[in-house]
Amino acid sequence: MFPIVHARQLSDAVFEMGVHAPAIARKAQAGQFLMLRIDEDGERIPLTFSDWSADEGWIRFIFMRVGKTTHQLSHLGVGDSLADVVGPLGVPTHVEGLGRVAVVGGGVGTAVAYPVARAMVAAGNEVTVIVGARNADLLILEDEFRALPIKELIICTDDGSAGRKDLVTAPLKELCESGAIDHSMAIGPAIMMKFCVATTKELGVPCVVSLNPIMVDGTGMCGACRCSVGGETKFGCVDGPDFDGHQVDFEELMSRQRVYNDDERLADAEYHKECSCHS
Amino acid sequence: MSLVDDTATPAPAEKPRHRPARIPRTPMPERDAAVRAKDFEEVTLGYTEEMARAEASRCLQCKNPTCIEGCPVNIDIKSFIGKMIGGDYHAAVAVLKEKNALPAVCGRVCPQEEQCESRCVLAKKGESVAIGRLERWLGDFDLACELEHRCVPEVGEDSGKRVAVVGSGPAGLACAGELRRFGHSVTIFESLHATGGVLTYGIPEFRLPKHIVQAEVGLLEEMGVEIRCDVVIGATYTIDELMTEEGFDAVFVGNGAGLPMFLGIPGENLNGVYSANEFLTRVNLMRAYEFPKADTPVWRGRKVAVVGGGNVAMDAARTAKRLGAEEVFLVYRRTEEEMPARKEEVHHAREEGVEFKMLCSPVEVTGKDGWVTGIVANTMELGEPDASGRRAPVCVMGADFTIDCDTVIMALGTRANPLLPKTTPDLELSKRGYIVTDEDGATSKPGVYAGGDIVTGSATVILAMGAGKRAARAMDEWLKGAAR
Ligand SMILES: Cc1cc2nc3c(=O)[nH]c(=O)nc-3n(C[C@H](O)[C@H](O)[C@H](O)COP(=O)(O)OP(=O)(O)OC[C@H]3O[C@@H](n4cnc5c(N)ncnc54)[C@H](O)[C@@H]3O)c2cc1C
Ligand code: FES
Repeated sequence: MFPIVHARQLSDAVFEMGVHAPAIARKAQAGQFLMLRIDEDGERIPLTFSDWSADEGWIRFIFMRVGKTTHQLSHLGVGDSLADVVGPLGVPTHVEGLGRVAVVGGGVGTAVAYPVARAMVAAGNEVTVIVGARNADLLILEDEFRALPIKELIICTDDGSAGRKDLVTAPLKELCESGAIDHSMAIGPAIMMKFCVATTKELGVPCVVSLNPIMVDGTGMCGACRCSVGGETKFGCVDGPDFDGHQVDFEELMSRQRVYNDDERLADAEYHKECSCHS
Repeated sequence: MSLVDDTATPAPAEKPRHRPARIPRTPMPERDAAVRAKDFEEVTLGYTEEMARAEASRCLQCKNPTCIEGCPVNIDIKSFIGKMIGGDYHAAVAVLKEKNALPAVCGRVCPQEEQCESRCVLAKKGESVAIGRLERWLGDFDLACELEHRCVPEVGEDSGKRVAVVGSGPAGLACAGELRRFGHSVTIFESLHATGGVLTYGIPEFRLPKHIVQAEVGLLEEMGVEIRCDVVIGATYTIDELMTEEGFDAVFVGNGAGLPMFLGIPGENLNGVYSANEFLTRVNLMRAYEFPKADTPVWRGRKVAVVGGGNVAMDAARTAKRLGAEEVFLVYRRTEEEMPARKEEVHHAREEGVEFKMLCSPVEVTGKDGWVTGIVANTMELGEPDASGRRAPVCVMGADFTIDCDTVIMALGTRANPLLPKTTPDLELSKRGYIVTDEDGATSKPGVYAGGDIVTGSATVILAMGAGKRAARAMDEWLKGAAR
C-alpha cells in the first residue's frame, strides 16, 4: 500500500496528489511516469510525475477528473492509500544542450511541463514557458512556474480571463518566426500537440511531444500503447513517452485513445449510481 | 537398442504386492462445451478420490521407471503414485514437492503427453497412466488441507546470505523455494501488482484458476520468501543497485519473455487489434470479464480472428468466445499438424466452437473509421521443412482471401523485454536479446543467474521451473564459495 501524503484541489476538475514512495522518488526524472491502481478492482492508469522529493520520499502527480478512476481518486485524501504505485517508467525527457527552448503545457499537461521546464533550466537552457487553459479558473501551477528562473511565462486562455486570449500555438509561432527558440516541447491533449507540431514543422523548429496513449502494464508487455512514429510502431511506455513530434501519427493516437469511450461512460455511470458523495 | 524395453519391465513381486488394475485410463470429467464456453470457470473438473485411486492403481510400479526421465524436474513419479496406491496422500504430496513446488499448477498446464506420460510403459498402447491428472489431484488435495496439514518444504538453516529474485513467474518461484531450502533469505521483486507471471496474466482462469496460483505462491511465503510487487528491476532498482545499495549477495533473473510481437503489416494499429498479451492481461490479470465491477474494459468483438497456432492462440480464442463472440476464427499459416499448441487445447477449442482457418497468412488488417473490418490473407501450402523441422508454409495465391471480423488478436509469440538488460550493460545477451547463461544459469555477471523464458525464449512452465531450481543449486554453491 502507498499512503497518500498530500492532496490538493488545483481547479474545478484538477487535483494534485502526493504519495509516499521512497524507492520511486529516488529515481524519478522529468518526463517519466508511474502506473497506479487504486484498489483490487481498479484499473492501472499512467500518470506523469509533476514533482518528487528523493529526500522526503514522496512523488506527486496531477490529474483531471474525467472518468471513474480519476473521480474515485479525487475523493481520496491524506490518510488513505493506493494499492499500487509503480515506477519510474518511460525514458526521461532529454534536457541537455537544447539551447533556447519553448515548453508548451496545455490542460493537465501543464503539470508535466513544470518538472520538464525545471530540469531544462537546471541543465542550462534558456526556457520560455507557454501555458494554455480554457479559462483562468483552470489555470494551474502559475506560481510554481513564476518561481523558476525562466525567460518568460506566457499564459493563454480561450476566453482571455487570464493572460492572452489565444491558443498556445499563437505565441509558439511568434517565437519560431522571430528566431527566438531553437527547440520546443509540447505536452498536453493530443489535439494541442498536433497543432504545436504543425506550427513548428512549418517553421523548421524541432518539437518533442509527450504522448499519452492508453496503457495497461506500462513496462512493454502488452502493446496497448502502440504509436506510429516515422512509419514505425513504437511502444509509448518504454520507447517514449517522448517522441519527435514531427514524426508522430496523431490521427492514429487520437483514434486509439477513444477505444474505450463507451466503456468509460458505462463505468462512470455505474460509479455515480453508487457514489452519493457528489452530484 | 531396446534399452527402454529392458529397463521398463514391471517390478518382480514384492510384498505387499501391487497388482496393477487392468482398467482403461480414467477419463477426466469436463464441463459441457456449450455451457463452459459462456463462463470463465474451470473446464476440467479434476478426479474424485475414487477416480484418482483407480487411476493410480493402473500404474505398474516399474522397477526402472522411465516416466521419471520424461519429467523435466525428475519428480519421483513411481514413488508418489505408490504412496497414492497405499492411500498415504500426505506422503505422496511430500514426494511431489521434493521436486516441484507448484503441483496443482503443473498438473493442469504441463504437456504431460510429451513428457512423463509419453515414457510410460503403458503409453505404447496409447493408455499411459494419467500422471498429470494424478499430480493435479494431489496438488488440489494439499491445497484443500488446513495450513498445518499442508506440505510446506523444510527451510534450511539460516545462511546469512540474501538473494534477490526478479520476476514471480514459474522460474522465479521455483528458484525462490529452492533457495529457502538451502537457508538463504529470498526477496522476489515483481513488476506487476500480482505474482505468478504468465500463470496469472496469461493462462486463463478457465484453464488455471487464479486462486490456485495464489495458494501455491502463498506456500512459498509460508517458507519465508518475501514478495515485493510493484517493483520494476531496471527502473525502480537496477541489478547493480540490488547488489550494492540493497545488500543482496546474488540475483536470479526470471523476468520472462514478455514483449509481444506483431506481424508488421498495414492496419495493425487499428482499434480492435490486440496482442494476445494485452487481450489476456486485460481479461485475466485485470478481470475485464467482470467489467464494470472491475474497472478495466476489453473490447468484446462479435467476430474475432486470432492469428497464431500455439497455446497462447488457443487461450485467446477460447477467451474471446467466453466474452460473447459469435464467431472466432483461428488463423494459422501452416496446418493443424504443425500447430505447437497442446492437442488437448486444440480439442477443447474446437469443441467450444472455434473455427480453424489453416494455411492462411494475413498480409493486411483492413479498417474503417479507425476500427478493424477484416483481414486480407494469402493462401499457403506446405513446402520443404525449415530450420524448426516443420514444413514451411509458402504462398500459393497472394492476397486472395478476406475474413470479415471486428477484432484481431495477434498471438505470434513474444521476445525478450529490453527494459532490464538496458540498465545492466555487463549482462551478455544473445543476438535476439535473451540472456546468455551456462548450463547452471550463471550469466556473464558474477553472482547474477538467470533462467526461464528470458534465457530460452517462450517455453513451458515446467522448463522454467527446472531452470529456476538448477540456478538455485548453482547459486547455493556460489554463495558458499563467496562466504569463504
Ligand atoms: C497465454 C499463455 C499460455 C501458456 N500456456 C502454457 C501451458 O499450458 N503449459 C506450459 O507449460 N506453458 C504455457 N505457457 C508458457 C509458460 O507460461 C512460460 O514458459 C512460463 O511462464 C515462463 O516462466 P518464467 O518464469 O520464465 O516467466 P513469466 O511467467 O513470464 O514470469 C516473469 C515475471 O517477471 C515479471 N517481470 C518482468 N520483467 C520484470 C522486471 N524488470 N522487474 C520485475 N519483474 C519483472 C513479469 O511481470 C512476470 O511476472 C503459456 C504462455 C502463455 C503466454
Ligand atoms: S502499456 Fe503495455 S506495453 Fe506499453
